[in-house]
Amino acid sequence: MTFRRYLVLGAVMLTASLGDTFLGKGMKDFGPVSVHHLGRLLYAVANPWVIAGILLLLGFFASYLTALSWADLTFVLPSTALGYVVVALLSRFWLHEQISPSRWIGILLIVMGVGFVTLGPSYTDHAPAKVPPLPEAEEVGKR
Amino acid sequence: MMAPAWHSALMIATIVFTATAGDVLTASAMRKIGDLDLIRAERGLVGTIYAVTGSIRFLLGVVCMALSFFSLLFAVSNANVSLIAPASASLTFVSNAVAAKFFLHENVDRRRWLAAAFVCCGVGLMAR
Repeated sequence: MTFRRYLVLGAVMLTASLGDTFLGKGMKDFGPVSVHHLGRLLYAVANPWVIAGILLLLGFFASYLTALSWADLTFVLPSTALGYVVVALLSRFWLHEQISPSRWIGILLIVMGVGFVTLGPSYTDHAPAKVPPLPEAEEVGKR
Repeated sequence: MMAPAWHSALMIATIVFTATAGDVLTASAMRKIGDLDLIRAERGLVGTIYAVTGSIRFLLGVVCMALSFFSLLFAVSNANVSLIAPASASLTFVSNAVAAKFFLHENVDRRRWLAAAFVCCGVGLMAR
């Protein structure tokens, strides 16, 4: 794993959590949309928070696909779960929301899970193993 | 009116199944296409987008992800969001580990099982 690849994993984590948060904020500003007036959703795209959220989620998908092209799914998914922690910490220290003890335990479990997986290898190599020729076979060939 | 327990379980199962299918199909497509950093260096951004969107497996994965998103929307409009969201998010971590082992033949060792289990419990607790 190179530093650049850790940056891609960081981008997956941050763009997903910030994109969801921005989209949520934009849709709250916009107000509820009735099932009978779904066309009104098109106007939501004019909201700057919704635009920022969509751009961040596009960035998330691009970085997620990039990560999956050189790392296992079982490596990428837990590594990027740190995004849940980022959102919780932002809500605690930026929005001054209260975090219950069970959520702190959840944060601790996610951090431990991410620690476990990132210490191991990121990719399962499926290339067939190169078996060296047996010395007996080489000798037989020479004869 | 809240949905009965079996109805909620069925909705959670649908979300988890479609989300896992989407992740596994996308991961399989990316593995087949190869390292996107190398492809971008060789063919540029347009060539990379062409290589990714030209994969049937990738497109099927995106369809499954969209189905998962709409089944989540349907579920939260019919059942308690505080049950549906954490249950589906946390169970997807475990189902992905199982599917990655059997379909992608990833080396899911004890370390990765532990990580999936810890993250699954952590997400479940955080969404409460």
